[in-house]
Amino acid sequence: MSLLDYFRTSKASSASLAKERLQILVAYERSSDKQPSYLPELQKELLAVIQKYVNVNKDAMTINLEQNDNRETLELNIVLPDAHPV
Amino acid sequence: MARIIVVTSGKGGVGKTTTSAAISMGLAKKGNKTVVIDFDVGLRNLDLIMGCERRVVYDIINVINGEATLNQALIKDKNCNLLSILPASQTRNKDALTLEGVEKILEELSKDFKYIVCDSPAGIETGAHLAMYFADDAFVVTNPEVSSVRDSDRMLGILSSKSRRAERGEEPIKEYLLLSRYSPERVKSGEMLSLEDVQDILSLHLLGVIPESKSVLTSSNAGMPVILDEKSDAGQAYDDIVARYLGENRPHRFIDDKSGFFRKLFGGK
Repeated sequence: MSLLDYFRTSKASSASLAKERLQILVAYERSSDKQPSYLPELQKELLAVIQKYVNVNKDAMTINLEQNDNRETLELNIVLPDAHPV
Repeated sequence: MARIIVVTSGKGGVGKTTTSAAISMGLAKKGNKTVVIDFDVGLRNLDLIMGCERRVVYDIINVINGEATLNQALIKDKNCNLLSILPASQTRNKDALTLEGVEKILEELSKDFKYIVCDSPAGIETGAHLAMYFADDAFVVTNPEVSSVRDSDRMLGILSSKSRRAERGEEPIKEYLLLSRYSPERVKSGEMLSLEDVQDILSLHLLGVIPESKSVLTSSNAGMPVILDEKSDAGQAYDDIVARYLGENRPHRFIDDKSGFFRKLFGGK
């Protein structure tokens, strides 16, 4: 790589960084738009129930609702700690 | 029946009012009876850009409240007699703008005009909602900059879910992209999002690219829509946009960097 190329690529990174950040953000915002408004509340309550029995971190849980043509899937993902009982 | 166009963006300062003034003038100059409405109640500025600020007597809120007739409030443009301006109120509360009031005004204007251009305020509050609610077409004005692209995407979501067409399950609003303040030079050097980058995210029908141009400021200084500055690049860009909207097939311009070494050396633009 020549010196000239080095300057070119370092300059090009600013716009491509912008694009990359935008693509991630826009994809996230579009998908969260489609989710029902009760989802955050549901997540909170589910977490409270689980925390009664297992010592899980609130970041250790993700909830996701996927809608296909004729099917809805509620996906719940919980990372359990090494030692289960509280 | 008139065609209702909303000029929208979500973000402020990207060129909505400049665009509303330019395209309404462009449509009227091509022989279409056109009215442009300022929906920015409390912060009206379209009158200033159109150069009719001293002729404002009544405004859209006066008409909604029955204090003036539509004909009393409409201002005939001094450059083109097919163009009228309906100013926003400067003093009233923005809540004075109601869905029923706006609907009635648009219905009445539809009998008389071919195109109704609605200049939306920034944001997603009442004024912006009412500006887009009855629209047939949306001109989404976007700058090649992260916050503007993001807000445009949010606006597209609102257009497709909160408009009358969406609520009635009718054919959706036709959405067009107007990419403004574009600088091919900065795109080439990698410091600005390119048209392609923006389209990868928004994927809209492109009506035109408006280059960053000194004439936008000088035109607003003088109260003349920039499209009347036929020699300027921005004026030509808007002329292309109006022609394309009306179905003419014009190749896109102002996308590639044409400023070669010698043109730069001699101060060419």
